[in-house]
Amino acid sequence: MTDHHSDIDPVSGRSTTGHEWDGIKELNTPLPRWWVITFYLTIVWAIGYWIVYPAWPLISSNTTGLFGYSTRADVAVELANLEKIRGAKMVALGAASLADIEKDPALLALARAKGKTVFGDNCAPCHGSGGAGAKGYPNLNDDDWLWGGSLDQIMQTIQFGARSGHAKAHEGQMLAFGKDGVLKPDEIVTAANYVRALSGLPTRKGYDAAKGEKIFAENCVACHGDGGKGNPEMGAPNLTDKIWLYGSDEASLIETISQGRAGVMPAWEGRLDPATIKAMAVYVHSLGGGK
Amino acid sequence: MNRPVNPKDLPIDDDNGPLYVAQKKVYPQSISGTFRRIKWGLMAFCLGVYYFLPFVRWNRGLGAPSQAVLIDLPNSRFYFFFIELWPQEVYYFTGLLIVAAVALFLMNSVGGRIWCGYLCPQTVWTDLFYAVERLVEGDRRERMKKDKSSDPMKLERISEIVLKHSIWLLIGWWTGGAWVLYFNDAPTLVRELVTFQAPMIAYIWIGILTATTYVLAGFMREQVCTYMCPWPRIQAALTDEWALNVTYRYDRGEKRTSVKKAAELRALGEQVGDCVDCYQCVAVCPTGIDIRNGPQLECIQCGLCIDACDNVMAKIGRPKRLIGYDNDVNIQRRQEGKAPIYRIVRARTVAYSAIIAAVGGIMIYTLATRSLLDVNVLHDRNPVAVRLSDGSIRNAYTVRLLNKSGYDRVIAIDANGPVNATIHVIGVDSVTPDRPMIVVPRDSTSELRLLVTAPAEGNPEKSIPVRFHVTDIGLGEVASATDNFVAP
Repeated sequence: MTDHHSDIDPVSGRSTTGHEWDGIKELNTPLPRWWVITFYLTIVWAIGYWIVYPAWPLISSNTTGLFGYSTRADVAVELANLEKIRGAKMVALGAASLADIEKDPALLALARAKGKTVFGDNCAPCHGSGGAGAKGYPNLNDDDWLWGGSLDQIMQTIQFGARSGHAKAHEGQMLAFGKDGVLKPDEIVTAANYVRALSGLPTRKGYDAAKGEKIFAENCVACHGDGGKGNPEMGAPNLTDKIWLYGSDEASLIETISQGRAGVMPAWEGRLDPATIKAMAVYVHSLGGGK
Repeated sequence: MNRPVNPKDLPIDDDNGPLYVAQKKVYPQSISGTFRRIKWGLMAFCLGVYYFLPFVRWNRGLGAPSQAVLIDLPNSRFYFFFIELWPQEVYYFTGLLIVAAVALFLMNSVGGRIWCGYLCPQTVWTDLFYAVERLVEGDRRERMKKDKSSDPMKLERISEIVLKHSIWLLIGWWTGGAWVLYFNDAPTLVRELVTFQAPMIAYIWIGILTATTYVLAGFMREQVCTYMCPWPRIQAALTDEWALNVTYRYDRGEKRTSVKKAAELRALGEQVGDCVDCYQCVAVCPTGIDIRNGPQLECIQCGLCIDACDNVMAKIGRPKRLIGYDNDVNIQRRQEGKAPIYRIVRARTVAYSAIIAAVGGIMIYTLATRSLLDVNVLHDRNPVAVRLSDGSIRNAYTVRLLNKSGYDRVIAIDANGPVNATIHVIGVDSVTPDRPMIVVPRDSTSELRLLVTAPAEGNPEKSIPVRFHVTDIGLGEVASATDNFVAP
């Protein structure tokens, strides 16, 4: 072993490590002592950490540490605390009537905030994150409502859904007039054009309006009402307005009349707590869609 | 060739020296003189402002904080005497930062690193810590001797060290304590701190600032300026030949000789320098440099070497300011036998002053005309527009009303843009449907969801601007914001 401490670099006057490469020697510049001490302390700390906290994976579980500390338990406590903080407000929300919530700025803000989050988690896949909807999934921002757009009606739809299988769900569907052989293909085309005419859309050349009216009166009035104004009791849409859930072009209408429609809105009762459903109803109503 | 050389005999070449050298402990000697007095004064002023400002009261009326300078984070308010700023007005801080930066440039172009030498917290606190050190352990020689002494620790020495560190920690603790007072009502917080009722975060911050003050001012000192601070590098780029820097006048000082020899040579009528190589300028330097080696990165230009040299010059009967605030141009000129010139007004300083005046003017103007009523509008993105069953178009906006005044307001909202548009605020049953009214409590904001519905006829197919006016119906104060009305 070389006694490198005696090997002094002539230029700097400092000792070298004794290591030499191609005539170049390495100066002995140890790490600062505070740094080394800190480094060793972190190692000691880490070992302590292994022992005190749950750390090592075993075959079917893990070491549990000295004090039974667990981050999972911590999260549970935090969540419970959060519930406690929010609890009073959510109770107030649950107690207030829907109309009162909208009139109270504080409750409205809470309901909108809560509703928005829950909407994003549960409703956005079909209705879109802003409730803009898509073909077959109603736009919740407009003023056209299959099952009614008042606060109570929205709440009911969210609670029980439509054709959801829930006992209180909205029922009623568009029949498949073509598939079931009720109407002939040419009658369907006429009916489609008649419906387009109801909302002021252009019709096919040579289409027989009188025949259309007759078909409509015989088959459609029962649900869509006289003049096709619709009926929220049955979820029958208004055929005279500018809003079309499945499209207003002739082909779409022919498909609708032939095949029928029966979109499903799930029931949220039991999946979301009552206060949350209330918040959601207020949120959806405040999107601008409410009546 | 390869004969060992004593390191002490090696020529010093600062430019090619190592980038990092082990800390050489600096023992600045106490000194008195003009610049020292200025430094004491500024230190007292800076520390006084820092430590006592939170206790200054300012009456803002009932319900509002009565602390002159308060950063109220929970309520997102910043109070500075008569100024109250909201989070939306953080641009004032941008202005403040611009003014501060340019003021620093201006200082630098006029008088070099005035900031470093007199005003920088690192300088101020280190100076204070040195003062404590001198008070407890004695001046330069004494401290050097005590540190070098290999005697076993005597009780006297141990008590000295303990006393010094205790005072340092006390100063550090007070520094942290004053810091937290800016974030809460000072007298209340002091009471809470003493009775251990204060929030944990206050103790944490006091701990952090105690530690940083103690470490930075007690141990790292000049190393902070040399290795940690970016300003020495930046100021090197800002300085020019006219900036007044602490300068050794080598035209007058060289060649250095002893007092005795200088007298002899002068008697013979020979040219001798005034510098007697007494090293007083080095002894007092808080960064441990020799100013006679010219401008250096480490020099914080505190002017203490000027005081030291002036004292010596007075003793040996030579004119003062062998070291003084001067520039390189004048050294050149003196060597050429010309009179020195000083140019403070020049393009650079005029430009900096103009920027400060302009930004400061804008800030004062906007502050003076600051509106106490404000409105922000955010257009719904998803969907941007909705077609209603009768074919009309509706856009939804999130409107935030800001009432910065000390009284509740009744605010009416109008929207100007689409032809024959109606507006509706969710949750508001307005008697007049085209002009909803909302109460916004004092010193608070209200967020509303506002719907603008326009009949399809008469409105363009594309987006058109829409202007929202909010009016305080009591006082007639108006604020407005512009957004777009979009067709689907």
